[in-house]
This record gives sequence, structure tokens and C-alpha cells, in this order.
Amino acid sequence: MPPAQPDLPKVRLHVVTGKGGTGKTTVASALALAMARRGRRVLLAEVEGRQGISQTFDIAPLGHRETRILHDRTGGELWGLSVDAKESLREYLQKFYKVGRAMSVLDRFGAVDFATTIAPGVRDVLLIGKVYEAAGRRTGKAGAPVYDAVVLDAPPTGRVARFLNVNAEVADVARVGPIRTQADSITRMLRSHTTAVHIVTLLEEMPVQETVDAQAELRAVGLPVGAIVVNQLRGPMLSAKALKQVSSSRTARLATGVAKDLESVRVRVTNGLVEGLLDDARQHADRVALERDQDAILRDLGRLMVRLPLLPEGTDAGGITVLAEALADQGML
Amino acid sequence: MASRASTVPTLDLATLATDPATRIVVCCGSGGVGKTTTAAALGLWAAEHGRKVVVLTIDPARRLAQSLGLTELDNTPRPVAGIDTSAGGSLDAMMLDMKRTFDEVVEHHAPRDKAAQILANPFYQAVSSSFAGTQEYMAMEKLGQLRAQAERDGRWDLVVVDTPPSRSALDFLDAPKRLGSFLDGRFIRLLAAPARAGSRAGLKVFSVGVNVATSTMSKLLGGEMLRDVQTFVAALDTMFGGFRERADQTYALLKDPETAFVVVAAPERDALREASFFAGRLEEEGMPLAGLVVNRVQRVAAPSLSASRALAAAEQLGDAEEKSTTASTTQGLLRLHAALAETAARQEAVARRFAAGHPGIPSVEVPAAAQDIHDLEGLRAVGSALTGG
Repeated sequence: MPPAQPDLPKVRLHVVTGKGGTGKTTVASALALAMARRGRRVLLAEVEGRQGISQTFDIAPLGHRETRILHDRTGGELWGLSVDAKESLREYLQKFYKVGRAMSVLDRFGAVDFATTIAPGVRDVLLIGKVYEAAGRRTGKAGAPVYDAVVLDAPPTGRVARFLNVNAEVADVARVGPIRTQADSITRMLRSHTTAVHIVTLLEEMPVQETVDAQAELRAVGLPVGAIVVNQLRGPMLSAKALKQVSSSRTARLATGVAKDLESVRVRVTNGLVEGLLDDARQHADRVALERDQDAILRDLGRLMVRLPLLPEGTDAGGITVLAEALADQGML
Repeated sequence: MASRASTVPTLDLATLATDPATRIVVCCGSGGVGKTTTAAALGLWAAEHGRKVVVLTIDPARRLAQSLGLTELDNTPRPVAGIDTSAGGSLDAMMLDMKRTFDEVVEHHAPRDKAAQILANPFYQAVSSSFAGTQEYMAMEKLGQLRAQAERDGRWDLVVVDTPPSRSALDFLDAPKRLGSFLDGRFIRLLAAPARAGSRAGLKVFSVGVNVATSTMSKLLGGEMLRDVQTFVAALDTMFGGFRERADQTYALLKDPETAFVVVAAPERDALREASFFAGRLEEEGMPLAGLVVNRVQRVAAPSLSASRALAAAEQLGDAEEKSTTASTTQGLLRLHAALAETAARQEAVARRFAAGHPGIPSVEVPAAAQDIHDLEGLRAVGSALTGG
């Protein structure tokens, strides 16, 4: 029996992953926006320096400083952050050792490169560490949390379990010491009921397979899977009857009927027009059947399933709002 | 498409893949655009047109891997069954095992006792199996090995390589140098210094800095890790220079005119933006960009009917007082056609924008298939679209 679904309204850290090309940045952005539009103060963070957030919201590139993206009538706010491993290291050194200035020396000797790119796992601890810090930050001593929720646009499914499983990652190299302590605290938060990892997918074989694999990997390392978000749904454009008709092996009579229908509304029935329409419809029927199978595989995962429509005009600000509302309507916040 | 053909030169992959002067084809692009499929399809096509091909894949989808006979990840190229060899070609395929490739590099270059020490070192094990750049580095290392073997025993005359699913398409160009220069660099030599008697004297000038650096690192990571690193570096001493050199050699290979880069993208804004960065970077580095493959392009089978006309006709049919038995199906067909035609038009607009920003980069389109590709038949269809057949 799968572990219980995290209680989504109580989740404070939403981690969004998915196979490359499935739109995880878009979904993370929509989720953060939906919460901000409901009066919450939300931080949306990316960790791969792709500037996906700034492109989605059409704003100037984000840096390591938290920047307000929008303020909503409800009092909600959306903040953006592109976490930089070097800056995290600097903050970290300053906070725990008051040696922020040692950075230039460390940099000169290549130690910063070592820590942020080579030392296994340390980069990830630094990246998630920043997100962890923001999620737990409070105003003053024992004050209210600064952010009501944090949404992390995480690495793709192929790498996400390793990325989040920082504890095991640094275990080989840092068995003791502050990096290890930090990794332990991060792991505690990630495994708690205040975190949910959402997986974005399309109704295609490879992304669905990766979703299934990712859920198993996440579960194996004790991380709570939240919702499965099916993105860019087109849905059947033909009725069940029409799908059946075009997929049958004998379409000659249908073709004659269609040709007559077209002539009745003065569409010039050129050579190959009807055959072309039927060819496309057959391909569409194949696709619909495939999508139905994939949908069943996802349902079997036993998670909340959220379905988002394909936005024909892409994800400009208006489109993001459409997705945000769809997420809210389907119980993701 | 006719409207694009006038402005955008066509990428002629048939000529490229059959030209004996082409020895390496690198398929790159952002995640999820179909790099692996493109590499496999192009390799298969070339093999069936007389080339002796080896395809190096990094992380193929399970069913695609099975169709290539890649049931086990053993780091060795194996012949693909079911190939038409009548043109005198052959096709081998392999899946990269990065840890194993790294181990082989160590075994090959270090004396036996040192090699054993290195392989057993915890720091080495961590770097070789989890460092984010290791996969890129080892992909390039493997490419170099395959190319060298091709030269040596003539088993292959064309290496087609897929690139790792990196954070960005550029990672595989940068990561090898990063790891190479690190393993060969100043910091690791400083770390190693205490383990190497005699080199201390030369370091006196830096000693203050060294102390700050190592003591901070040691605070941060724990002393144990640094000790592991130090023993690792000491054992690796015999191989120093080798890493940098190999990375440089592979880099030079990538610049050679015998190499062709094929950038793969989906007809979407983000994927094409990434392709655009990549094209620019290749140009900067003087690496030979053959062109762009625009993958999964929506085609309409009845292009003579415009989207707007189709929608209007569907509406008219709906308004008609007397409806034929097929009327509702015809309406559906017209609406579907309109939706597909609109998607096609949007994709074309995005592709046109890319072309305008990169005049002179040839491109070829591969139509979207209704299903994922996981057999040789599917790969042949893609290969034929790639080569304009």
C-alpha cells in the first residue's frame, strides 16, 4: 500500500520535477502564482541557473537575491530566486564561521570551484540548503515564517532523487562536520509532512515511464510524492463514435459521406482532401488510445492527479494564470 | 516546407552521413527533444547505406535500448540485429557506463598497485559515480576511445554520439575541462602537498593562503574527506597531466572537420532558444556545426484546406437543418484539421524566428510520430525523414 498522500494545504515546501520538456518550470510557476493569488507569501526558487522563472514571468533575470515578482490584491506576494552555489557557500561561511571574507582566498586556490562543482554532493547541499533556509526563515526570534510556502523548480526526474537525497550523497565524503549536519537537517525537513514532491509529465510513453521510475526512487529514499501533474493535455478532438469510425479498416463509405458533407458547405473537395482528413484523424485516434493507456498507468500510482490543458498560445502571463486556476481547482494547494 | 525552403538552407544529412570524411557525428540539444532517437536513427540509416557505424548512447529509453539490443549496460559496443547489411555497412551500439569508463581510464594509465589504491578510495568512488560532470567527461572519453579504436582496427568508420541529459546543452563541452583542470589543478596539488615530502618548501610563499584554504575546507567538509582526497591525489600522482591532456585531445577532436555537430530541437520556444545558445557557442569555439534537426514537427495531411475555412465549414455543417449521418464526424474532422493546422503554423513561426536569428544554419524537419519510437522500423522512418528520403 502506498504511503498516504501528503496533506497538500499543510505543505510548505513544494518540489516540482518532471522529465525535460514536460513543462516543470511552467507548473512550478503556476503553482506559486496560484498561492500568491490567494493571499499567501510565496517564494519560487530555481537551482540550475536556467532563468526559467524570469522567462516565464517575462521579468529581468533573477539572481541570488530574493526579488519580488508580483504583489496581489489579496495581499499575497510572489518572490523569485535563482540560487547560486557560490553565493550560498559565501553565506554559509559567513553565518557559521564569520569567514565570508575568506572566499577570495578560497577562490584563488580553486577551493570554491572544488566545493561548488567537484566535491560530490556538496553543490546540492549548498543549493537545497538555501531553499531550506528560506523555507524555515522567521521574522525575529520565534516570529512568523517569512514565507507561507516555497516552490522549488527542481532538477528533472532523472536526477531528482539523487539531488534531494543529499544525506546519502555527502555520506561518502563528509561523515562528520557541518556539511553533514546541514545535510541531516535538510533531510529531516524533506522527509517531513510539510514537503511534497510533485511530478510533471505528458501523456507520452517516456515521460510516463520516468514518472513511474521517479516515484519509486523517491519513495525508496523516503521522500513524499505529492501530485502527478499531467501537462499539455489536448484531449480527444473527435467523439467516441468518430474515433471508432476512422480507426475501422473500412472507411470507403465514411469517405463518401464526408465528401458529400464538405460539398454541402461548399468546401472544394480536391484530390486527397478527404483521405488527408481521415489520415490525420486515424493518427489522432492512435494517439488518444495511447494517452488512455498512459493515463491508466499514472492513475495506478495512487496519487492526486491534476490535469492541465495545452495552451495553444504558449505560457505567456495570461496562460500561467489559466494553469494556476486549474491547479487550485483540482486541489493542489 | 516550401515557404521555408526559400530562406533556410536544407540540412543534407544524407550527404553528410555517407561522406567518408565524416567520422564523428555529435547529436546535442536540450532534454526531451529526441537526441537519442535522432542519434540511433541516423546511425541506422548510415549503416544501411554502407557505413560501419558505432552509436554511443548515454541514457536511452528502455524500449529504444531493447530495440538496439542494449539489454545490459556493459560498456561494450555490440552488433545490432536486424540490420540490412547489403550495402556493406554494419551497426554496433553501446550504452555508456560512466563509472566503468572512469575505472578503465585509471587502470589504463596508472601502475597496477596505484590503480587498485585509486579504485578503492572513497573520494574516487564518489567522484566517479556521482559528480555531475563525470558523465559528460566520460562520454567524451568514450568518444575518444571509440574513435581511436576505429582508427586502429577499422571496425568502424563513423561514430555517432548522443550527449548526456545535462542541465544545459553546453554542459558536455565544459564539464570535461572542468574536471580535467581540477584533477590536474592547483587546489588539488595544494591539498596533496602534505602527503608529498619535499614539495613543502616550494609552497612557503603560499602557506598562509594554503592554511586558510585547507582549514576552511576541513571545517566545512570534515577532516576525513580531505584525507581521502589527499590519498587519492597521492595515488593519482602518476597520472597527473594525463587528465588535462585527454580533455584537450577530445576537445581538439571535436574541432576537427571530420566531426559534425547536429543540434536537435523541438519546434518550441524554449528548445529553440537552447539550440540558439548552442549554435552560438559552437561558432565561438570553432566547432563544426552541420545544422539543426527540428524534431516532432506537426504536419497536416490536407494542407490545401486552411484552418479558418475548416472551422467555418464545421460551423455551417452544425447549422444545417438537415444533417447527414456522417455530419457530426465530418465536423469533428474539420475541427481536428483546424487545430493541427494552427499548431503547424505556430511551430513554423517559431522555427522562422530561429532561422531569422541564425541565417545560414541549415535545418531539416522530422514529422511528429503518433507513438514513441522503439523499434528499428520506427528508427528507419525517422532516418528517412532526417535524410530527406
